[in-house]
Amino acid sequence: MGKKHETPLLDELKKGKWVSFVREIERAAEKSERTEDLLGQVENSYRDKITHWKHGGMAGVRGYGAGLVGRFTEFPEKYPGVKECHSMRVNQTSGFFYNSDILRKIADIAEQHAGGLLNLHGSTGDIQILGVWQEEAEEAFQKCAELGFDLGGGGSDLRTPSCCVGPARCEFANYDTLQICYDMTQAFQDEMHRPSFNYKFKLKFSGCSNDCVAAASRSDMAFIGTWKDKIKINQDEVKNYVKKFNVQKYVLDKCPTKCMLFEGENLVIDDSNCVKCMHCINEMPKALRSGDEKGLSILLGAKAPLVTGPRLGMMLVPFYDVLEDSKNDYEWLKGLISNMWEFWDEYGVSRERIGELMQRVGVVTFLEGIGLEPIPEMVNHPRGNPFIKFTDDED
Amino acid sequence: MPEEVKKKRITDIGPHDFHDYLPPVIKKNYGKWAYHEILDTGSMVHVAENGDKIYTVRMGSPRLVSGSFVRDLCDMADKYCGGYLRFTTRNNVEFLLDDKNNIEPLKKDLEKLGYNVGGIGNVVANIVHTQGWVHCHTSASDASGVVKAVMDELYEYFVEDKLPSKVRIAFACCLNMCGSVASSDIAIMGMHRKVPKIDSEKILNLCEIPSTIAACPTNSIRPDTKDGKQTVKINDETCVFCGSCYTVCPAMPIADSLNDGISIWVGGKVSNARIKPTFSKLVIPFIPNDPPRWPKVVEAVKTIITAYKNGAEPGERVVEWIERIGWTRFFKITGFEFTKYHVDDFRLAETTMNYSSQVRF
Repeated sequence: MGKKHETPLLDELKKGKWVSFVREIERAAEKSERTEDLLGQVENSYRDKITHWKHGGMAGVRGYGAGLVGRFTEFPEKYPGVKECHSMRVNQTSGFFYNSDILRKIADIAEQHAGGLLNLHGSTGDIQILGVWQEEAEEAFQKCAELGFDLGGGGSDLRTPSCCVGPARCEFANYDTLQICYDMTQAFQDEMHRPSFNYKFKLKFSGCSNDCVAAASRSDMAFIGTWKDKIKINQDEVKNYVKKFNVQKYVLDKCPTKCMLFEGENLVIDDSNCVKCMHCINEMPKALRSGDEKGLSILLGAKAPLVTGPRLGMMLVPFYDVLEDSKNDYEWLKGLISNMWEFWDEYGVSRERIGELMQRVGVVTFLEGIGLEPIPEMVNHPRGNPFIKFTDDED
Repeated sequence: MPEEVKKKRITDIGPHDFHDYLPPVIKKNYGKWAYHEILDTGSMVHVAENGDKIYTVRMGSPRLVSGSFVRDLCDMADKYCGGYLRFTTRNNVEFLLDDKNNIEPLKKDLEKLGYNVGGIGNVVANIVHTQGWVHCHTSASDASGVVKAVMDELYEYFVEDKLPSKVRIAFACCLNMCGSVASSDIAIMGMHRKVPKIDSEKILNLCEIPSTIAACPTNSIRPDTKDGKQTVKINDETCVFCGSCYTVCPAMPIADSLNDGISIWVGGKVSNARIKPTFSKLVIPFIPNDPPRWPKVVEAVKTIITAYKNGAEPGERVVEWIERIGWTRFFKITGFEFTKYHVDDFRLAETTMNYSSQVRF
């Protein structure tokens, strides 16, 4: 069978050693005829140097306002297969763990009810099935649901939470990122499927401050694992590392607070000055481990540039005992989240992320609004200017 | 729809419980891992407190994959690791093995199928990226094509450990920045450069005027009337081409085949190791779109990688290297031009100036 569309430009991207997405689109087209037209459409964009997707458009499944992202071609007559080319967001498992049986079934759904193409995974974390037509969206959704997979978030709602590999396969994890990600996703199903926020809201869970899920740069609320007590030292293993590389130069000298030193052959750490940056533990995982009093820090307000500029997560709660709170169905955390959502709902404007709201009203006003006290951990340093707005309660 | 089908409709069940997909050795040692060792760029071992081991073989992925790709992975997982596999936050595939002897045969099989094994250690990790022309309506560039061209060029750095530290590259096709671009060692970002074109015929039907005005970060959109009909006008002097208005209003298209392109940023970091997380900083404000292989973008990234490899000390991420040698020298070494666009003039611009007499000559 000959190709439906000639793709000389895309063919250039089948060359080279890195696995080719063009080859993947072609393989999908072998199973799902409509994807032939995706190749044609993308080649057209390569020729014209511009996207040929129309702005947005409605698509969805019954009872949900999210989970299906509408996409329509500008050239429905030329590329009828992508007249509609919606993507279905399917909520991934915590830590992206699967087995071959379930992945084959998801691939079947993608081939039978969509363009046979998937994103593993989307930027927020979902499995995305690409090339869905509205008429079959409901069936594709229900087939996923029968496998125990619901849809993810989209639009102005709670976006699909995601997490790092956590305690499943990482010794650095300071809390069970997979379990809390699962529990929070289950707790907030309504907020995910039925958009009612000012804008998107993202939750991400990293087990340590290496932050493999980039929570602190892209989630409104970032949960970063940490510990309060002493780093555990295995002095024998420290000695083994000393034999292998220059521990003084590459570990101790690079400690941001210089809180480590050798006393003879023994490594000593001033834990009261440790900022839990993970550098020494990363370099010597066999010798050093985080302490026993584990929990997480909560950072608030990270986001991409639109609308008023990018932000990184700001320290909000230095230590939260997640294990203790989980025994109580996360009563404290859910209270904090609902206080924030209420304040955001009351004072935020349309398309204002929570970090932007905090910036607009001021951190202190925001803290008062959600019921937290200002603490020194929140700032790099106290204010350096004297323009203080004293309030009457100082009298 | 018949009543019986309606009743059976399943909603609000949430994600599948991950416990169902954990390999037995992970279930047994959940939360009890003691340490890990990197074996080579394609594999590592995690050792549990009781001495149990799990081996991981990592391969790259273009993220946009076919059902056949998924079946290839499944066949490999069945053959070598009891069917268990996972994905990473940077879109790699990880096979989870309990038998060390299966590592090399699995790698060989994957390479035979044309897949790339690597990505662990001091390497260029898989590029996190967005949809581009394949699936996005606001993109200023394609994503997958640029990523493919860059990874072809940097392939040796994915499979061999020969950089001072890890290098994380990310790609976003516009300022919406669906990838985690803002905090990457090297960020590649699609840019628009012309003001949106207002379609005054359609704007009232397609858009809400107040929310369109509110979408602008520089207050450059104002209400207007044309032929007696409500529309908006844009202040060309202050518009920064971010495309935020187009996101809420389809009647303000900003994509422009002659003027869209790509910018390059360096020195972002999201981990807390040693220094705090920080955003990437501008290196090249604009490179015209040049499909199918964007040679100037590839060359720029290669130039940065080469300079970093030659100049950084072991363990230094890109930002640590640049801060040690200074930005002046970074521009000198790489040959990139420092222009008026490199001086920040947005919201926090003042915080980015040098308030000292410290310079390097």
